Amino acid sequence: MSFVTVRDVWQSYDGRPILERVNLDVDEGEFVSIVGASGCGKSTFLRLLLAQEQPTRGAIRIDGGHRAREPGRERGVVFQRYSVFPHMTVRDNIVAGEAFDTHWGRFRGAKLTAARERADAILDRIGLSHVAQNYPATLSGGMQQRLAIGQALAARPRILLLDEPFGALDPGTRIQMHDFLTELRAETPMTVFMVTHDLGEGFKLGDRVLVFDKPRWDPQDPAAFGATITYDFDARQGGIPFQGLLDKYPSLRAAE
Amino acid sequence: MRLINRVPSRPVGLMLGALPFVAIILAYVAGSEIRLAANPADKLLPALDTIRETAARLFTETDKRSGDILLWQDTFASLRRLFLGVGISALLSLSIGMAIGLLPYARKGLTGFVAVLSMVPPLALLPILFIVFGLGEVSKVVLIVIGITPFMTRDLSQRVLDIPVEQIVKAQTLGASSFVIALRVALPQVLPRLISAVRLSLGSAWLFLIAAEAVAADVGLGYRIFLVRRYLAMDIILTYVIWITLLAFVIDWVLKRISERAFPWMGAGL
Ligand SMILES: Nc1ncnc2c1ncn2[C@@H]1O[C@H](COP(=O)(O)OP(=O)(O)OP(=O)(O)O)[C@@H](O)[C@H]1O
Ligand SMILES: [Mg+2]
Repeated sequence: MSFVTVRDVWQSYDGRPILERVNLDVDEGEFVSIVGASGCGKSTFLRLLLAQEQPTRGAIRIDGGHRAREPGRERGVVFQRYSVFPHMTVRDNIVAGEAFDTHWGRFRGAKLTAARERADAILDRIGLSHVAQNYPATLSGGMQQRLAIGQALAARPRILLLDEPFGALDPGTRIQMHDFLTELRAETPMTVFMVTHDLGEGFKLGDRVLVFDKPRWDPQDPAAFGATITYDFDARQGGIPFQGLLDKYPSLRAAE
Repeated sequence: MRLINRVPSRPVGLMLGALPFVAIILAYVAGSEIRLAANPADKLLPALDTIRETAARLFTETDKRSGDILLWQDTFASLRRLFLGVGISALLSLSIGMAIGLLPYARKGLTGFVAVLSMVPPLALLPILFIVFGLGEVSKVVLIVIGITPFMTRDLSQRVLDIPVEQIVKAQTLGASSFVIALRVALPQVLPRLISAVRLSLGSAWLFLIAAEAVAADVGLGYRIFLVRRYLAMDIILTYVIWITLLAFVIDWVLKRISERAFPWMGAGL
């Protein structure tokens, strides 16, 4: 059975369908990019994966578990904005990734020291150790997103959801963030869902690229039907699958 | 150049700032001199020198009967009532405001109630308070609490609701319970707002305090002003008014400094 299973999911607001009949299977460690027209329901799908909302119909399960009723530690998230806590220093934001799960939401004494050391290691990794004592407002957009990713990873989620995480960044910073994310994934394999408006970005980072669109369209009433996954591209090997097929199965070559 | 783009230089700005004060003092002095020239016993607009002498006397001379300096006694009594009232209001509005902002059940249950409560004119309740709590300290403190808590509660609950939902969701994905979200995410972000709500409410708090003292008290700044009104002692009244203004100003300034010191992450947002 696949790691993340989405079965016949529908979502409507005020009786207006946004998503319909969404089915999806994702293996552990896959990076899934999600693209689609503005307003077609990509963020809605992410909110469903996050369990921030419940689908009107259907079920989403992780590793065969129960349907989640609210967000929790197994699903990490990075939004386009507002993902870090403005009243905590950069380092405390990372520590919060572990500390929020405790009764008082903070560590004391030896635990705090240990958590700070782990946080410093993460900060080193995401290249923010020089601003550890600063507040997020003093950071650039790219640094804030790196912090948000680091914070989400500190909680060790099983799947990571990214909603246009680099949408507000300039092209140069965006490419840096791509490299950063690719490196992170090489070190710690994780299952990632990323919504993006940048097709190139989707294909570059993703193992799969899902396209959300409305399969049915009523010209009299454009809001009558919802969107679903209309394409599911294999984005490995630069989006051209099977080009390594012969290397993988040399026996096929004989038939050539 | 457009008027909206003309900015005064620093000295000119300072002069402009001082202008209304100078104008009002000059107007007062002129009025006072005209009246005193016509009638040296006039009490309505005492000369500045008279006020200064009265002030010096009020701040230093002890009362013959009690042996205390009345002005300081009035000040301590009034400030005590003010701080108690404002402090209780701050605690109440913080807890209710956070509950309304974070918990849908509390929001459904309390929003309408607080909105209606804030429409009740507090001064109209004063007789009831005197009947229920007697003429002592309690009724005065309660008047302040009733007067400013609804406004502060609405302000603070709105501030909690203004916290981006992304942050609340993020905290949940880090495993935070409702309690941890209240304590570590919402509370630190509404505390600066609490201080500014207190600063905004202090004006009304003074109003309710002085009103309550004027009606029934035996010590307090408001009580004294209304007492000496019978003797048309304008020099004393003016001294008290200036003194109250100064106190209010200092309290406001201290609160502002506190929030600048305590919430460095707010940056220029204060
Ligand atoms: N809570 C809600 N209540 C009512 N309608 C909603 C709600 N959330 C989203 N919608 C509607 O659902 C539709 C899909 O919204 P969604 O944010 O998922 O789109 P999106 O694909 O993420 O768009 P974008 O690319 O612009 O971010 C929109 O028409 C939006 O108005
Ligand atoms: Mg979106």
